[in-house]
Parts: sequence; C-alpha cells; structure tokens
Amino acid sequence: MKLLFATALLFTAAAHAETTVAIEKFAFTPQEITVAPGTKVVWTNKDETPHTVTAKDKTFTSKALDTDDKYEYTFANAGDFSYFCTLHPFMTGIVHVRAK
Amino acid sequence: MSDHEPNVMNRRAALGCLAAWSGAAVVWTVAGGVPRALGATSNGKIEVPKGTFTFAQISDTHIGFHKEANPDVVGSFHRAAADLNGMQHKPALVLHTGDLTHLSKPEEFGQLKELLTEIKVDRIHTVPGEHDALDDGLTGYLKNFDHDGKQRAWYSFDQNGVHFIGLSNVLNFKMGTMTSLGDEQLAWLKKDLAGVSKSTPIVVMAHIPMWTVYAQWGWGTADADQAIAMLKPYGSVTVLNGHIHQVLQKVEGNVALHTAMSLAYPLPTPGQEGIGEPGPVKVPADKLGKLIGTREITLVRGKHDLALIDTPIDHA
Repeated sequence: MKLLFATALLFTAAAHAETTVAIEKFAFTPQEITVAPGTKVVWTNKDETPHTVTAKDKTFTSKALDTDDKYEYTFANAGDFSYFCTLHPFMTGIVHVRAK
Repeated sequence: MSDHEPNVMNRRAALGCLAAWSGAAVVWTVAGGVPRALGATSNGKIEVPKGTFTFAQISDTHIGFHKEANPDVVGSFHRAAADLNGMQHKPALVLHTGDLTHLSKPEEFGQLKELLTEIKVDRIHTVPGEHDALDDGLTGYLKNFDHDGKQRAWYSFDQNGVHFIGLSNVLNFKMGTMTSLGDEQLAWLKKDLAGVSKSTPIVVMAHIPMWTVYAQWGWGTADADQAIAMLKPYGSVTVLNGHIHQVLQKVEGNVALHTAMSLAYPLPTPGQEGIGEPGPVKVPADKLGKLIGTREITLVRGKHDLALIDTPIDHA
C-alpha cells in the first residue's frame, strides 16, 4: 500500500513537470533539453518575428507564434524529438525524453 | 543614354553606395544579360525616355507589423504609393514580391488589398511571402490574390512584349534546409517557358532569393538552380526577389537576379557582425525612410533592355 501511494505521488509529480524553452534571436534556448515522460514543455516567442515549433516528422506543430505567444506540448513517451521553425528551418531544437 | 552621362558611375561605385546604405537611387540596365549601373541620383527622379514600358516593384509591406522597427507600416505604404502616383511617367504595372502581410490574418490581407487601390496603375501582381502562408498555407492569400483563378500561387502573363512569371517558394520548408519551389511548380515552369521565344525578355518574381545569399539564415532557394537552368537560354532574364529587405544583385550569364528593399523595416546584411540573426533592425526614425522604398523598372522598346531604379521612401 505504501509503495502504491509512492508511485501515485511520483506519477502526479511527473504529470505536472514543466519546463520552458525561449525562442529568442532566431534560436531555441536551450537548444537541447532532457525531460522525463509526461513533462510539459512551454515555448515562448520573444522575437518580433513570428516563429513556429514544429516536429521534424510533423507529429506536433504550433500555429505561427507572434511576440509573447506560447505553445505547449506534453511529451508522453520516451524518445528523441527534433523540431524546427517552419518559417526559418535553420532554427532547430531537440527534446530528449528519458524515463528516470 | 547620353542624357544620363552626368550621373554615370561604374558598377563598383554603385555597389559601394548600396553597401553603405547611401539611400541614393540606382539605375540599372540589363543589356544582353549584363546589368550595368547607368547612374545614381539623390532625388530618385530618373528621366524616362518616351515610348518606354515602365513597371515598379514593391516588396515586404508586412501589413500588421507594428513593432519598434516601424510602428507605421501603413504610413510607409502611403508614401510609396504617393511617390509612384507622382511620377511624371507612371508605371504601367506594379509587382509586389511578397510578405504582403505580417501574420496572414484575413484583416491584414483585406487592408493590403485596399491599400493597393491607392496606386494608380492598371495592374498589380503579387507573389506570396512566407508571412502570407502561415498556419493554413496559402488559403488566405489565394482568397484575395488568385491572379489566374487556378487556386495556385504561380502563374504567368504577358505585357508589352515582356513575359512575366510569378513563382511561390514559401511553402516547402524542411528542417535544416532552405526553401524550395518543388517538382510540381518546376514542371509547370518548363511547360510555360516552352511557349516563349528565346528573344522575349522575361521577368520572374519570387519572394525568397532565387540564389543562395546566405544559407545560414535560409536566404536562398534549394532547387532554384533547376529554374535558372531553364531560364538561361533566354536572352534577357530578370529575377526580382524580396524577403531580405535590402538591395543585392547577382548576374549569371543572361540571368540577372535582384532583391528589393522592404516597405516595412530593414534587415541586417548577411551575417552582419554584432547582430547574428535576421530580425528587424531598429534604426532612428529619421533614418528608416532611407532603408525602405520602391523600385521602378523600364523596358526600352526595341532594345529589350531593362533598367532598374531603387528609390528609398526618404528622398530630396
């Protein structure tokens, strides 16, 4: 019973984990992040130019983000997820999702 | 061309002026495929010989942009329109080489469409920029600017002996590479050119430069070489681009490629030291008008030469 409770707590913590990535000066910062499964990643565009956050394989994509617009995506499963800005494809980033 | 002799300057001097953002208007002729700077003026007034066909290029109006780099893009447009309307020899048509809007919003397309009616010309032709293709591709753009009714952003038309081609290179962005025209459009171009005689002057418009200006910033078109190869057999080809908000030119045989100023805000020069990214450059308000503006192009009848004149919004 004690073990079950601990697992539930851990699950809750993971479900609420959140990390942020800035889109600034035509770059994703940090460019590379490692998170646990279930982590929500929030991107914020700090540039005056619109950008997108789009998976290389297009499995997820934001709309065009104007200044201060945010996009969030929760990574449920482990894996490596490359993404880029469809307007400026030289802007790239990667999210490593690793079970602890 | 002896009329222009007092203003004659060589190509190196003209390019030097451009590099220093002097804001002076520069006249170019494309004779036998080799652009030659005829002269530069400080007031943008160029004598246009009688009987010549003239057209103007505007670009990157970014309607909807209201940040520090230019809080009044609509005001900038009004001034450019007034300049064109004030010309003694009005251009026959206006070409807009993309980024009509900033965020592809329906109201931005609507506003630009209304603004374009200010310019007193018979025809205005556009190609889309990547800012006109956000979220739902070219749906919003084509709702307002479907020039031949075929629901695609590439088309051609003929006017005064010149074959004009509008291309779209703003949809095929792939991670880590430059944009491309795509196979469908290249196949269409081949078919379109098959009906054009080799002596017909050709003007191509496309938003993103059709040559690699600076790959690190995506300033180029990955498959542009294929399009240029198709255009090379023609005697006079002029490619007009926007996107990079500054004047640059390149010549490949009979093909001369040019980028235009923006009507909204300047961008850094390729890889400009101390900047590092292609975002809007903030300049003092009294300097902005020197860095944005219009371009006028003249075809001299019987010679098939094209002359380009860049006029910044601020001029004496």
